[in-house]
Amino acid sequence: MGALAAQGNENSKIEVEQLHHTQDNAAKSAILTGCKSEIRDLDFFYGDFHALKNVNMLLHERQVTALIGPSGCGKSTLLRCFNRMHDLYPGTRYVGDIILHPDNVNILSRNVDPIEVRMRISMVFQKPNPFPKSIYENVAYGLRVRGVRQRAILDEKVEEALRGAALWEEVKDRMNTRAFELSGGQQQRLCIARALATDPEILLFDEPTSALDPIATASIEELIADLKKKVTILIVTHSMQQAARVSDYTAYMYLGELIEFGVTDTVFIKPKNKMTEDYITGRVG
Amino acid sequence: MQDSKKAQEIRIIIARHKRYDLLFIIIGVFALMIAVLTFIALFTHMLIDGMPRLTWDFFTSFPSRHSGLAGILSAWVGTTLVMLVTALAAVPIGIGAGVYLEEYAPKTIITQIIEINITNLAGIPSIIYGLLALGVFVYQFGFGQSILSAGLALALLILPIVIVTTREAIRAIPVAIREGAYALGASKWQTVSDHLLPYSAAGIMTGVIIGLARAIGETAPIITIGALTFIAFLPPAPIKAEFPFLSFEWLMAPFTVMPIQMFNWVSRPQEDFQFNAAAAGLVLVVMTLAMNALAIYVRYNMRKNIKW
Amino acid sequence: MSQGCNIPIVIFNLFGSALNRYLFVTPPQLPAETTTQPKTLGYSHRRHLYERLIETLLFLMAFASVVITLSIVVMLVKESYVFFQHVPLWDFLTDTQWTPLFDNAHYGILPLISGTLVSSAVALSVAIPLGTIIAIYLSEFAPFIVREIAKPFLELLGGVPTVVYGYFALLFVTPLLQKIFPELPGFSLLSAGLVMGIMIIPYVSSMAEDAMRAVPMNLREGSYAMGATRLHTAIRVVAPAAFSGIAASYILGISRAVGETMVVAIAAGMQPNLTWDPMEPAATITAYIVQVSLGDLPHGSIGYQTIFAAGLTLFLITIMFNIIGHIVSRRYREVY
Repeated sequence: MGALAAQGNENSKIEVEQLHHTQDNAAKSAILTGCKSEIRDLDFFYGDFHALKNVNMLLHERQVTALIGPSGCGKSTLLRCFNRMHDLYPGTRYVGDIILHPDNVNILSRNVDPIEVRMRISMVFQKPNPFPKSIYENVAYGLRVRGVRQRAILDEKVEEALRGAALWEEVKDRMNTRAFELSGGQQQRLCIARALATDPEILLFDEPTSALDPIATASIEELIADLKKKVTILIVTHSMQQAARVSDYTAYMYLGELIEFGVTDTVFIKPKNKMTEDYITGRVG
Repeated sequence: MQDSKKAQEIRIIIARHKRYDLLFIIIGVFALMIAVLTFIALFTHMLIDGMPRLTWDFFTSFPSRHSGLAGILSAWVGTTLVMLVTALAAVPIGIGAGVYLEEYAPKTIITQIIEINITNLAGIPSIIYGLLALGVFVYQFGFGQSILSAGLALALLILPIVIVTTREAIRAIPVAIREGAYALGASKWQTVSDHLLPYSAAGIMTGVIIGLARAIGETAPIITIGALTFIAFLPPAPIKAEFPFLSFEWLMAPFTVMPIQMFNWVSRPQEDFQFNAAAAGLVLVVMTLAMNALAIYVRYNMRKNIKW
Repeated sequence: MSQGCNIPIVIFNLFGSALNRYLFVTPPQLPAETTTQPKTLGYSHRRHLYERLIETLLFLMAFASVVITLSIVVMLVKESYVFFQHVPLWDFLTDTQWTPLFDNAHYGILPLISGTLVSSAVALSVAIPLGTIIAIYLSEFAPFIVREIAKPFLELLGGVPTVVYGYFALLFVTPLLQKIFPELPGFSLLSAGLVMGIMIIPYVSSMAEDAMRAVPMNLREGSYAMGATRLHTAIRVVAPAAFSGIAASYILGISRAVGETMVVAIAAGMQPNLTWDPMEPAATITAYIVQVSLGDLPHGSIGYQTIFAAGLTLFLITIMFNIIGHIVSRRYREVY
């Protein structure tokens, strides 16, 4: 087990390096099989502040990748690059690429509309942020934005999304009540359903359980394990236990740099980098 | 011995300071009472003078040279129509400007100029707006001394109120809601029209009502435009029997409004007309108080309902 | 339970989608087959055009306020310019008579300015002390329930139409004052000013109170910890910390008083009178404008232009106070 994990870590580190340095297209495509997205030499700036420094990483298709690190390390910043949330604020700048497969398009490109990116990559936020509308309208909103008007399609998709977020049984009889009347954990699952309704290719989670109690947290974690059958997941978490529980791959970040990236078991059991080890064993952070 | 003497002194000082506190509370309540009593005096004085005139006929009669026959029909119809024009002009522009400044405006010199300018507009005396309307709407645009000119003049006057309350209401919506909408692929305008405007509606509504309550009592700008004080006819009806059923002739009609009617009666030397003035004032005060109370109620309700 | 704010939400939903659907024909949407996923990422120029269109429209609405200010200035200056070609500026500023509608016309603004200043001074000597005391009381002393009742009540007081206050000044306050000062004439700056003062109290008190409530609690606690009483804390700690806001409230009160029209037009008489005695009747700048507007002066006549010259004077006075207010509140702004 240990040896295998170590190999996995080795492999994924090599993978990323190879990807950039090899000229061999066959080798490249071998690595890229099962790769949903690829971050290449990504730098990010808030004004003059250099928030992300030369990040290189892969997102494996239908796997959960966790971003861990002390607060302020840039993990949320990296996550929010994926759906171009930074575009909403002035003075932010991306340098580098995030390639989305299979299209092989750089989603950070100026020629790509952030709105189209957000239509394919959904996000769930730190605190549940349902709209002050009915449960139904919350879930249907993403579809309405895409111009879906037929009631039948909406009904079907809403039900599917709510089932996917394990909320259907709890709310099916009160679709028209206000979302604020749900409990915190239910609200967060509603936000997951809202993100799922549009069949995203990647689902981003920004510390989705930090505002929830342990029981609600457990149900969200279960849900994440379930969701990865359908969708690629990138999750930021402040809890290492959570990263260990839910993720297949883990990236450790520190001061805007990606320190270590690999298979979760390896990163946790036998980290290659001293800094990762210090963080994981609780000496930093 | 020494210590207890010192403690004694301190106690005396504290007692004196507490007396000052009490004295100030008395002064404060007294000051508040002056404001309250003034209002009560004003209201009862009008009630005593005006109540006997407040009959059904008062609302359905035109002004007349005989004080006993005079009524406020043309005045309240005029006020209603002028308010309609004011609301139709000020509400969309005020909300649009508020949305722009809160959600769209880049931090440029022009934005800053607009913001400072709106603060200053709110401090300009209302009669100046009247002069503007006289010069621009009445003569330049040729709208004449009409309902349209008056409505637009009052719209300019309440525009800053609508803009400021719109901005405050939109600002109160947490960033998380905006990000939630954008994250689902909404464009900026979709975020504004699907989320920000509906969620801030109650707050905006408060501003609109307060603005209109202010406009309804405004006299000076309308006098400046040249509203007539003696109008014994109604503006043409907005709905016609024949095609196209809607008529906008009323916009260009001469008119009078409630505060002007009241002013006219106040300035008459005959005492009888002052009873009419009191009655008209009573109607006016009840109207503005009702609107303000409605605004306070909407705001109170909103605070209770929204728990970001 | 949530009915109260649902109605406006519904209205605005209608407004929003109606605007989308009708005003801008159709909002651009992705073709039906791509409702689930657009296959390749790109840029929808149509959507961006639409978004830019809306942004431009909203910008124009915001910019309208600047247009209003500019037209006010242009209007006042343009008509006044014609006026000053007939009347030398020197005469305007120094002549002690204002009789533009008489055969023997004099165009000295001083009587109107004196009327304005005296009535404003009377009003402010009521509004500023009482407004400040009420603000301190409500912010620092009043129990919760008193504040919750008094604040909306003061708001209502500020919402009463000014013409009603004029009526009150003429028919209630003047007769009352005449009992104390039997020689007081039927029209007087005193009675108009007093009522105006009461009218302005809510503006001063609510703005000053807001400023004081914004002073952070730890400043007060620091003072209480030293053994200070409430009054001490209010006067020595809170009021100085909120000085810029309180000053702004006074400036607002001043511009209200200077620009107030109906109370003085009704209760102070409309006869220009160069006096500094509040017991006399006199016209203010605003009252003069009302008096001329009530008559039927032909557009373009010298009489017509006088109201713009008077308006320009009033505008300059209020702008001056606004600028002073900006400077004061900027210089003394406390950063907590």
